[in-house]
Amino acid sequence: MKQTHSVSISKEKALGIYRKIYLARKCEEAIRSEYAKDQMKTPVHLSNGAEAIPACVLACLAETTKTFGTYRNHSLFLAVTENTDRFFGELYGRVTGCASGLAGSMHLTAPESGLFLTSAVVGTTIPPAVGASFADWYRNSGNYTAVFFGDGALEEGAFWESLNFACLKKLRILFVCENNELAIHAHVRDRQSSRSALSTVSAFDCHAAEAPGHLPQRIMGAARSVIEKMAGDPKPAFLSFDYFRYLEHVGVHEDFAAGYRSRPDEKTLREKDPLTHAGIWARSQGLGEEEITNVNRTVDAQIKQSIEKAKSAPFPSPSMLFEHVFSANG
Amino acid sequence: MKETLTFRQAINHALSDEMAADENVFVFGLDVPDHKRIFGSTAGLLEKFGPKRCFGTPLSEDAMTGVALGAAISGLRPVHTHIRVDFMILAMNQIVNMVANAHYLTAGQLKVPLVIRAVIGRGWGQGAQHSKSLQSVFAHIPGLKVVMPSSPQDAYGLLRSSIRDDNPVIFLEHRWLYDASGEVELETKIPLGRAKIHREGKDVTIVSTSWMNVEAMKAAEILAKRKVSLEVVDARTIYPLDGETIIQSVKKTGRCIVADYDWIFCGFSAEVAAQVSKACFGKLKNPVERIGFAHTPCPTTRPLENVFYPSAVTIIRTIEKMLGLEETDLSGETFYSWEEKFKGPF
Repeated sequence: MKQTHSVSISKEKALGIYRKIYLARKCEEAIRSEYAKDQMKTPVHLSNGAEAIPACVLACLAETTKTFGTYRNHSLFLAVTENTDRFFGELYGRVTGCASGLAGSMHLTAPESGLFLTSAVVGTTIPPAVGASFADWYRNSGNYTAVFFGDGALEEGAFWESLNFACLKKLRILFVCENNELAIHAHVRDRQSSRSALSTVSAFDCHAAEAPGHLPQRIMGAARSVIEKMAGDPKPAFLSFDYFRYLEHVGVHEDFAAGYRSRPDEKTLREKDPLTHAGIWARSQGLGEEEITNVNRTVDAQIKQSIEKAKSAPFPSPSMLFEHVFSANG
Repeated sequence: MKETLTFRQAINHALSDEMAADENVFVFGLDVPDHKRIFGSTAGLLEKFGPKRCFGTPLSEDAMTGVALGAAISGLRPVHTHIRVDFMILAMNQIVNMVANAHYLTAGQLKVPLVIRAVIGRGWGQGAQHSKSLQSVFAHIPGLKVVMPSSPQDAYGLLRSSIRDDNPVIFLEHRWLYDASGEVELETKIPLGRAKIHREGKDVTIVSTSWMNVEAMKAAEILAKRKVSLEVVDARTIYPLDGETIIQSVKKTGRCIVADYDWIFCGFSAEVAAQVSKACFGKLKNPVERIGFAHTPCPTTRPLENVFYPSAVTIIRTIEKMLGLEETDLSGETFYSWEEKFKGPF
């Protein structure tokens, strides 16, 4: 499906999108350099290669949008909050984390900013995302929900059950597939028999579009095309964005030597890099070198400071183990 | 205001009252709005509150449980309904990985005011997949509350409290109890976590769940003729458990039988036995005994079904052994009294 949508946005907004992509990349890079110290005791599923998808999709939606994600949620969390104190606090297991260290990398959330749930079990946040969207339908609020998941989720019954119900109720929800063709180490050709996920999904009563997940302009074009349709014809939308997973499934290293995939040449690796394209795109939106350099410098300092803060923040006290099992009302 | 209601009417009344009190409450699930209305328990809700607040779903138990969770964390108060608890197995990923965890993993930022109703237990040749109760499985998971009413009043009062609770509650309703009739004080909300003493006695404490309360009361009635006095304690909520009421009763009687409507192995009866044995160690005159389902899948044919499910007879024989009494002649007694009201096929 070719996207012909042209996306015009303000310089300020373009800078914001670029900043989120840069922030996500640099946070992942910081984790990569810090991880060996064994102070971040949480399995990390890094977003390298996928950073542009949540930043660009959410740029097309209102701030009140509810979001849901997976264990590979760092770029989503940062796109929603840009809060590196809460981010690193959680990774270091400190009380300053987004869930006081109870959640860890695989369950980053920010309910106050609309990021409700993330999950370590594939496909599992898709049903509650539909439920959150249902709540908006119930209240006739017109609000949107976006749920992000990988291509492996398309093999889970929960996805199809959720898609079916959302289409039946004509909910304003975006099912956003971040497609890296890998589920852990298994290639999609060994897992899926559908000739095209997009056409299979399109058999349901929903809008659908796809685009390369490393090109900001194309991501926003696809997102905006379905969001515009949803405004006049409320029903769910399915968005599929291909991207290249630069690193291993879990952990901070490349794993091209593991044998299940080969290392692409340097040119391909460069061409699939969303940060490179975000820079090119930002400049095409009229942003100058100085503005971009300023953003980079500010973000670098922010990350450095947040890591230092996290390392010196207290761990939760033992009594906190029992604090949030149940809500007090009841 | 008091009314005489059946258990199904009490459930229905509680749902209707909560829906009237709070527009965030909605009731949904397979079969909920069809002509049978979950054995009558959802009767009238569609007509009174409309299809937005009372609706059926696709056959997608897992996703629909997640939908309930998503609605709950968004401030609605869903009541998801299963005509048999066995269908909840399809939703265990959502229940165990998501529903039970959402409050904890957000450090208390999200609340999950969600009730999952399910019909449990024996019907009429229901076989292996329409007969379970599973309270021990659910109660094993931190973050879930588990409620098992055994009377119309408790069904009404506990369901209203469950819907108002900001935590996920699994609400288990025995099929045979649906025809039980009794006075219900309307507007009474019974707090979760309080056991109820159905009958005071001095010789043996019977801690019962759900339908086993009916069996225990029958056993008590028969044994009273032999001057054996049973104290029947209805656990009512499996989690949180009112251990204190149970322990006080056993300290008084010195004997305890746990009559649980579930499998015995690794079950609720083991939990109660452990707690009682520890708290009443010096006061127990006999070891704690446990009664429950046979450790088999539930058979369909009637003679084996009768062996599979425990009954008043099981309780009586266990007590006779415990007290060193001769077996009572039960030939003149009538058992399974509620089943006489029950007509198949479901």
